[in-house]
Amino acid sequence: MSDSATVSERENGLQRFRAGLWRENPILIQALGMCPTLAVSNTAINALTMSLATASVLLASAIVISTLRGIIPPQVRLACFVLVIATFVTLTDMLIEAFALDLHRALGAFLPLIVVNCMILSRIEIMASRQPASVAALDALGMGGGFMIGLITLGSLREVLGRGTLLDARVMPADFEPWQVMQLPGGGFFTLAALVIGFYLFDRRWRRQEVGA
Amino acid sequence: MIDAELWALFLNATLVNNFVLAYFLGICPFLGVSARLESAGRMGLAVTFVMLVASICAFAINRLLGMIGAEYLSLISYIVVIASAVQLVEMFVRKTSPALFKTLGIFLPLITTNCAILAVALFQTRREYGLLEGLVFAFGAGMGFTLALVLMAGIRERLRLVDVPDMAQGMAITLVLAGILSLAFMGFAGIGVAT
Repeated sequence: MSDSATVSERENGLQRFRAGLWRENPILIQALGMCPTLAVSNTAINALTMSLATASVLLASAIVISTLRGIIPPQVRLACFVLVIATFVTLTDMLIEAFALDLHRALGAFLPLIVVNCMILSRIEIMASRQPASVAALDALGMGGGFMIGLITLGSLREVLGRGTLLDARVMPADFEPWQVMQLPGGGFFTLAALVIGFYLFDRRWRRQEVGA
Repeated sequence: MIDAELWALFLNATLVNNFVLAYFLGICPFLGVSARLESAGRMGLAVTFVMLVASICAFAINRLLGMIGAEYLSLISYIVVIASAVQLVEMFVRKTSPALFKTLGIFLPLITTNCAILAVALFQTRREYGLLEGLVFAFGAGMGFTLALVLMAGIRERLRLVDVPDMAQGMAITLVLAGILSLAFMGFAGIGVAT
């Protein structure tokens, strides 16, 4: 009996992992957790650091909270969640400051803002506070991965079109005129809108093929 | 002289570096509550109020933590204090205006996880504003947030009468609108530098 329980648990976890990457992608479908992250999505390296930091905070707090879920009283659960998340965000902030000072300066006040990322809190509330640690961890990995995919695509697009470079290496021809607008906040909104539409079209075609086959 | 500086600070937070349109802060309520003009205005006022409270709290916390030399606790303390402040506001609103409470619904507790609120506290600390400057900054930021929210709600009310392509329904069209608004706000960039 315990065997069947672990099998279904594992399957459930894997399913959650895949859902986070694609069907329930936090950025492109759920539109969650964009607030502090969009602001620093103007270059690929910023987007990479920011989404990596967010994903690791999510993973760490999901595991901790899922382990503690029996002890946390439901009345004050939100406060407890936020405390755990804030602890990990402070840790991440200090780590980045210690190992990559330039990046830390570029991201500025936006790193501590990960703490109020709605994506993290919603995953904790929906999954980690109800599921065993293994499922919660896989869910967090999937969601974090989906978040990274979305944000890095966004950051790369904005950097390539807005500066003609990718990770500071020139990728566009020398006579390419950078689209200033892509580096402005407005460009971030436009790029995200284009990504959302593209994702929708792609997903629809995919679903049709599935039905057809 | 001081007045002019404060005024510049206010304009800067409201128009030039609008929290929503330039810093992408508070996007969740921006996309969520901006469907109706009335609730958008109220949401904006609630946020402005919480921002003012958060600004005062952050100032006090900084003094306190500075005294005991525990600055690394600032993030955790901000969150806890702001969350309690929002709880108080929620109780107050529920008592005094049940209708308003119903309109704001789920978004009032969500103000706690509104990045714009925490951002006020963080920016204020990072830029080393005093109490008065912090309050002006918080008020400006709140007004900017309200302005963006109300503008967006106005556009979206009009948008309901328009035939939007199928694939751009919902979030995509809202993001495009936000992008256009953001570009329009770039026009204010000249004001802030003048002082």
